[in-house]
Order: sequence, then structure tokens, then C-alpha cells
Amino acid sequence: MTGTMNITLKVWRQAGPTAPGKFETYTARDVSPESSFLEMLDVVNEKLVLEGKEPIAFDHDCREGICGMCGMMINGVAHGPSKLTTTCQLHMRSFKDGDSITLEPWRANAFPVIRDLVVDRSPLDRIIQAGGFISVPTGAPQDANALPIGKPEADEAMDAAACIGCGACVAACPNASASLFTAAKISHLGLLPQGQPERYRRALSMVTQMDLEGFGGCSLFGECMAACPKGISIDFIKRMNGDYVWGSVSARPEKTVLTSG
Amino acid sequence: MLKFWNTSVGKKVVMGVTGLILVGFVIGHMVGNLQIFMGVERYNAYARLLQEDIIELTWAVRVTLLVSVILHALSAWQLTRRSWAARPVDYALREAQVSTYASRTMRWGGVFLFVFILVHLGQFTLGWTWLLPEYAKGAAYGNVVLAFERPFWVLFYLVAMFFLLLHLLHGTWAVLRTLGVAKNAAEPLARRIPVIIALLVTVGFSLVPLGVALGVVR
Repeated sequence: MTGTMNITLKVWRQAGPTAPGKFETYTARDVSPESSFLEMLDVVNEKLVLEGKEPIAFDHDCREGICGMCGMMINGVAHGPSKLTTTCQLHMRSFKDGDSITLEPWRANAFPVIRDLVVDRSPLDRIIQAGGFISVPTGAPQDANALPIGKPEADEAMDAAACIGCGACVAACPNASASLFTAAKISHLGLLPQGQPERYRRALSMVTQMDLEGFGGCSLFGECMAACPKGISIDFIKRMNGDYVWGSVSARPEKTVLTSG
Repeated sequence: MLKFWNTSVGKKVVMGVTGLILVGFVIGHMVGNLQIFMGVERYNAYARLLQEDIIELTWAVRVTLLVSVILHALSAWQLTRRSWAARPVDYALREAQVSTYASRTMRWGGVFLFVFILVHLGQFTLGWTWLLPEYAKGAAYGNVVLAFERPFWVLFYLVAMFFLLLHLLHGTWAVLRTLGVAKNAAEPLARRIPVIIALLVTVGFSLVPLGVALGVVR
């Protein structure tokens, strides 16, 4: 085992959504390079608790890089310096002894800070509620192979479905846009036969909801793709735009049904 | 229509379509300008063609361009406002990872290009004498030479072409993605054809002031 390291942490502390926040400086001593970033924060927090201080609040759940709960701005980079990883999968070996690390919550109007590094990402849930589903009449399940799906289409849909909704795309975007998230959720359904009937309506309603939540628009900076722990391509944003345009062109008003009964 | 315009994607599509029209224009304008190297008669005849012989067509193009510029700038302004509002509290530290200098200068570079267009029209089309005291109507060739005998205007136009280069580098790449017509790519951020278009247009334009400054065009 290599030697331990001492790290200076500059952490955004904010007691509540409306409380003013500021940076506090902490020192993490004797950090093992083998520990994960969140384990390092756990140790800092244990020390704070022992000192009778408030521990640093941060979101986390599975710590396996698949749930999408964790995430923070680490030295100005969403999820930190390691590519294609969530914050929990970042390890202290990515840093060196004496490093100073700035920690900030995701910053977006749509993501209000709940406490310290924890933000409210429920706008992403509401984008899903607006159309990120397929309507399936209940009944006996179909044969699995009743709907043939080509390998490239299945692969592409899976690439989009890899989105864990962590919000790093919003955090990294200079516009605080949720386009990559929304595009991934539109595309993973729209690429499959089951998602076809609602494909264009889905694009219209999810884009509308994305705007309503107060996210910015897409300038195609590409920062979202670089920040995404699942490496989701901005090609899906292109697909979303195409679906949106076609949806707008082909949209029909819903018919009002008049009956004599 | 209004519903389309009111979403971020709708505004971006309007920006993209009008941008494509403007790209088409700058290519044509650049090629036309290069006729200055074919002599004074040829160049003035070209100016006469546009300003007299096919003036109806010229006006159709002018109106299209005017509407395009207005819609392009309006959508850009509104989307910029939206994106500023989307992050009211900025990061103390945010490191750009892959975004290009070109993409990050679209907004202020665009504002500069807008000012440039006004100056350029005032100088060579509307004949504002405070911009070009010796302006003479119909003497297109002479006006160009008179303007670019002044180092200030050569510099101003070259700076403008630098911003046009940046604007085209990002714009011609992004537009196909905004309109949803680009193909999937292993490296979607790679750009080849946009670099060629942007360089051809801006180098072509820059040859005119440089030609006068270096004494090739007199």
C-alpha cells in the first residue's frame, strides 16, 4: 500500500434551500489512495460528528455507479476528473498528497439546493412523467420474439437507456440544459417498436416539460457528453430535435368525440 | 407555429434554418467579392448587375436576409436569456472539458458580427460618409480601395472575419444536429467539413482587404 495523503477540501455548506451558503475549508488527513471519494467524505463526516459539528450532506445510494443518486462538482468537473464514472466510483488515487479540492452542488435553477451538496432533481422525474413511458394495455404478455428488433437498433436503444438520471449533464452544461437527459429518455423508447405509437407526442410533451422546469436550451457545447458517467452521445439530442420537428409538423389536434348517448 | 416558437428546441431550429440561409449568403457574397481581382470594369459591372439589372431579385434576397438576421438574433437573444436564468447562482469553479472556443464565443461573437454588418452596410451600400468620406455611388471598386487603404479598416475587417470563422466553425457543425439531420457518429464532436467551409469563406473574404493593403488591388 502506498502512503496516505492529506487533502484540503473547500466545501459548499448551505443549511437549507433558502439559507445563504458559503465555502468552508476542511482537511482530510491520512486518506488512503484506495478509498473512494465518498468514503473519504464519510471519514471527514465522522470526524465532524465527533467534534459536534454538522456533517457534510451529500446524496448517495448504491455506491456502485448505477443508481444515479451521487454527484457533485469536483474541482469544476461534474463527477470529478475520472471519465465515465459517477462520484462514488471516483477513487482518491486520482488525486495526490496536498491537493486542494473544491466541492459544489449541481448548480441550476431547476435543481434547488436542499442542503450542502444535495440538490432536488425531481424536475427530471416530471420530464419522465410528461411522456417517458409507453402505454401498454394490460393482458397476457406477448411472446418475447413476436416483435423483431434489429441488433443496431437494440444496441442504440440500450446506449440511451444507460442514463441513470444523475443530472451531471445539467450540471456540466454552460446553459444548465437537460437536453441530454431528455433526449436519452425520448430515444431509448423511440428507437424500439413498442415506443413508436407515442414517439412524436412523447418528444413534444417531454421537451415542453423540460422547458417548463426552467432548464436552458442546447447550444451543442458537448460538455454534457463529457460529463455523462454513462457516455451517452449528443447524437441523441440530434434525434430528439428531429423527433420534435417532425412531431410539430405532423401534430394533429385530439378529436372531440360526439355521441348521441 | 407559436407553440413551436415558444420552446427552446423550436427557437434553436429557427436559429439553425436562418443560419443556413446566412451561410449560403456568405458563400455567394465571398465568391462575388473575389471578382475584385479581375479588375475595375469587371467588379463595377458586377455591382451594376446586382444594383440595377436584377434589382428586383436583389431586393428579394435582401428581404430574406433581413428577416433571417432578425430571427437569428432574436432566437439567440431569447435562448441566451433563458440559459442565464437557468443558472442564477454560478459555480465558483467550472472547467470546460470539450467545448470549443468557437462554441463559447457564439453569443458575443454574434453581437460583434451584428455590429460589423451594420458598419459594413453603412460603408459600402448605404454610403454613410462618416464611415467612408470619399464614398461615391456606383464606384464599387473605388470605394473598396479607398476604405482599405486605411489600416484601421483592414484590421477591423480581419477581426470581423476571425469572429465569422469562429461563428461558422461551430454554427455549420451544430446546425445539422439542431435540425436533427446529421448522421450518428462515433465521435460526434469531430468536425471536418465545417472547418473547410469556415476557412474557405473567411480566407476568401479576407483576401479583399489584404489585396488592397498589399497593393495587389489598386
